[in-house]
Amino acid sequence: MAAHSTSIPKTFNWSGGTSPYGISYGKMMMWFFLISDALTFSAFLIAYGFMRFKFADVWPFAGDVFTHLPFYDGHIELLYVGLMTFILIMSSVTMVLAVEAGHRMDQKGVILWLLLTIVGGATFLGSQAFEWYHFIHGSEHGAYITSTGDVAKFVVDHHTHDVDVNTIVLNGKTMSTPDFQKAYPDAELFHGANLTKNEYGHPLFGDFFFFITGFHGFHVFSGVLLNIYILVGSVGGAFHRRGHYEMVEKVGLYWHFVDLVWVFVFTFFYLV
Amino acid sequence: MERDDVYEYSLDYHTTEEQGKVQRKKIWLVFWILLAVTIFEVGMGLKFSRVPEMKMFLLITFIILTIFKAYFIVISYMHLGDERKSFRYTVLIPAIMFILYLIFICITEASYVFSVLKSWS
Repeated sequence: MAAHSTSIPKTFNWSGGTSPYGISYGKMMMWFFLISDALTFSAFLIAYGFMRFKFADVWPFAGDVFTHLPFYDGHIELLYVGLMTFILIMSSVTMVLAVEAGHRMDQKGVILWLLLTIVGGATFLGSQAFEWYHFIHGSEHGAYITSTGDVAKFVVDHHTHDVDVNTIVLNGKTMSTPDFQKAYPDAELFHGANLTKNEYGHPLFGDFFFFITGFHGFHVFSGVLLNIYILVGSVGGAFHRRGHYEMVEKVGLYWHFVDLVWVFVFTFFYLV
Repeated sequence: MERDDVYEYSLDYHTTEEQGKVQRKKIWLVFWILLAVTIFEVGMGLKFSRVPEMKMFLLITFIILTIFKAYFIVISYMHLGDERKSFRYTVLIPAIMFILYLIFICITEASYVFSVLKSWS
């Protein structure tokens, strides 16, 4: 029988008729889904961690790969991905402010903060597309990939980003470009990255990058769609009539999970 | 027939304007903490990720700081801290068991595999 949650003594929690955790069904199921999704992402990240350390000597530095900024022609390491992380954290803050406004039945507040969360999410998606584009496109100088799959890179100064097109490094050995071309006539000059070839280092770097950030981006995309749907519901007054904004809370849980996954992906992909 | 087993707990949980102010302050406090930790992490990565001797120290620092951030997001933003203790444990214990321990095991195994492969070549 339905009863007020605080008036039920805790000893009768598991006897039926009430939620033993004092939580509604929808919220609890959202939490259980998030745990399962967290385990999925952990599986991906653990596989990534294993491969990254197995091929530690040919794994590229993320700071060498991700140097682009919108509307800027030069190279700055990791600044844009730091901005992306900041945008997603900000959208998490606006989301929890929307939930807080829902607790006070403040319909206008919920609409404002939900709108800002959607804008933040869409900005993140656009930024991720920007990163993908520049990674696939590659650098102007490219790198040589030998017939055995080894990547021979030009020497790049980390601070000035000047490329020395006359010196090539292959498996730790430095040689001049004409010598390299004589020794490996079958080597192809390749730009950018796809699922099988990568100018920056081991091809698995590209594989894992596209797979994990793609999966995460898909979660962000579905989160943005859900937020739009709930925003339409809030504007229409459905939750106000219902008497509570728990739907905003549930969708907020999903959005925070998306942010949490990005925190882990960002740390393990770009910083480690 | 009306269901009597679905209780709307959310109808009880409304806050006043003053409680809202206190909660908003906490939300922004957690934001500044997250921002500071992120800037520190990115700074550490920029400065030390190319220094091979610092690799293990850097990895452990990143994992600890990321768990620190995750704790604040889960407890404060996802309001898990406001739920009952039994539910908190239901969510956190499988996560801690499977995810964190497996990450530790995997990095250990991977560096072992790397050193074995290197000794063969």
